[in-house]
Amino acid sequence: MSKALQVVDLSMKFDDQEIFKKINFSLETGSMTALLGPNGAGKTTLVRILIGMLSPSHGYFELADDVKVGYVPQFRNIDPDYPLSIKSFIELNTPFWKSQKVKDQVNHILQETHLKGLADTRMGEASGGQKQRAYLAQALLDQPNFIILDEATASLDPKAKEELMSLIAHLNHEHKMTVLFVTHDIPLAKRYMKDYLYLSDGTVSQGKMEDFKESFN
Amino acid sequence: MFVYEFMRNAFWAATFIAITCGVVGVYVVARNFSFLAHTLSEIGFAGAAFAILMGLKPLTGMLIFALLGSIGVGELSMQTEQKESSISAISAFFVGLGILFLSLSSSSSSYATNILFGSIIGVSRSSVYQLVGLSVVVLLIIFAIQRPLNYDSFDHIGAAAHHINTGFIGVVFLVALAMAVSIGSQMVGSMLVFVLLTMPSSTARYLGKSIPSMLAWSVGLALLGVWAGLCLGYITNWPVTFFISVIEVTAYLLVYFTQAIKKRA
Ligand SMILES: Nc1ncnc2c1ncn2[C@@H]1O[C@H](COP(=O)(O)OP(=O)(O)O)[C@@H](O)[C@H]1O
Ligand SMILES: [Mg+2]
Repeated sequence: MSKALQVVDLSMKFDDQEIFKKINFSLETGSMTALLGPNGAGKTTLVRILIGMLSPSHGYFELADDVKVGYVPQFRNIDPDYPLSIKSFIELNTPFWKSQKVKDQVNHILQETHLKGLADTRMGEASGGQKQRAYLAQALLDQPNFIILDEATASLDPKAKEELMSLIAHLNHEHKMTVLFVTHDIPLAKRYMKDYLYLSDGTVSQGKMEDFKESFN
Repeated sequence: MFVYEFMRNAFWAATFIAITCGVVGVYVVARNFSFLAHTLSEIGFAGAAFAILMGLKPLTGMLIFALLGSIGVGELSMQTEQKESSISAISAFFVGLGILFLSLSSSSSSYATNILFGSIIGVSRSSVYQLVGLSVVVLLIIFAIQRPLNYDSFDHIGAAAHHINTGFIGVVFLVALAMAVSIGSQMVGSMLVFVLLTMPSSTARYLGKSIPSMLAWSVGLALLGVWAGLCLGYITNWPVTFFISVIEVTAYLLVYFTQAIKKRA
């Protein structure tokens, strides 16, 4: 198996607050990994370093040459008055005048994320699960082969959770997408993810999801 | 009424001002900048009063003050925690300054009325060229940054995650906004320029679900307001600004209540 990501001696500090120190791990191409850890452990910080929004204070990471990362951030500010339709939201990062190719891509992704019939629904009026799928769809429009989702299921009801997770499993199975899924929800991670990374007290441990023992709140 | 050159001038100026304010307004509302637009108009008012004191054209002073203000206020609104109150303090200071400039300049009070409440009828041919030129500049700026501006205005977090330089886009937009405020004030006055900048675009948010449709509604409603305002002002001799604000507010309330009733049903 080839490596999609290799993290080497990575450390991060905010001012004098050390978030993690000299962590090392790698992810294989096509793997499905849960990034676990208590609140404030630094999961979001690690992810933001991996997508290039933050620079680490020490160490480095390497992505394989053919890796293209898609990212679904932890929080979005979409209030109930938000006017754009789901479709318009998804295609925000496309040109004003869209080529047929872009239009086809958008339609394909709407279909894949089960949002076709909801394309015209306003984001502000969409349910939590629909919004979360729209965030994912927007990230998929970049055609990534490595997707990082940060607490995507945190505020969803059980049914919406299952729907999102089976969509992620589908991306992994059918499109061979490498998945890094940040979550708190260990039972959910046990059901859908194969490997884990556990970030806590500034260090990281890695293993098979079924062997994951630690518990935290 | 178009036999009179002053009415033709007014129509041309009004048309371009409405298009500009309609377009810029969509982003003002999306970025939650209504309050900032109002502050810029108050800073611009001080600039216009300063220009009169110096014997310059009010538009010149307004542009300079609003542009400088946009940079300063923009910095402030991105950094300070209590931005509303600090921005309020700045507006109050500039309104005070404007009143001082006006009283020092000892020019007739009609100047003050014109700056505060607009003076589109009677605009000269050369001023029309100026207003049209400035409108085109604003529209070109928006056009040049439209893709990142759309993304950042409607999904700031998504845009930042895509490595879009949201700080730069914000500053460029503030410059365009300062210019839009200055030219809009020539039409409806600095007191009410936020009517043109926020009412049509707020209405458009209920009517459109995509950025192109919101832009179209916003520009359409702004045009409707200024054209009808000019006609009604011509017929009745009442202030054009009065009609424009009544039309824009009525359109907003109509759409707002229709929407509220639909939601209940
Ligand atoms: N930009 C920042 N500046 C300073 N401290 C930060 C910043 N971002 C996060 N932190 C701190 O880093 C720690 C880890 O945060 P985060 O990565 O969001 O944790 P998690 O996602 O695991 O809940 C927290 O203590 C948080 O306060
Ligand atoms: Mg987090």
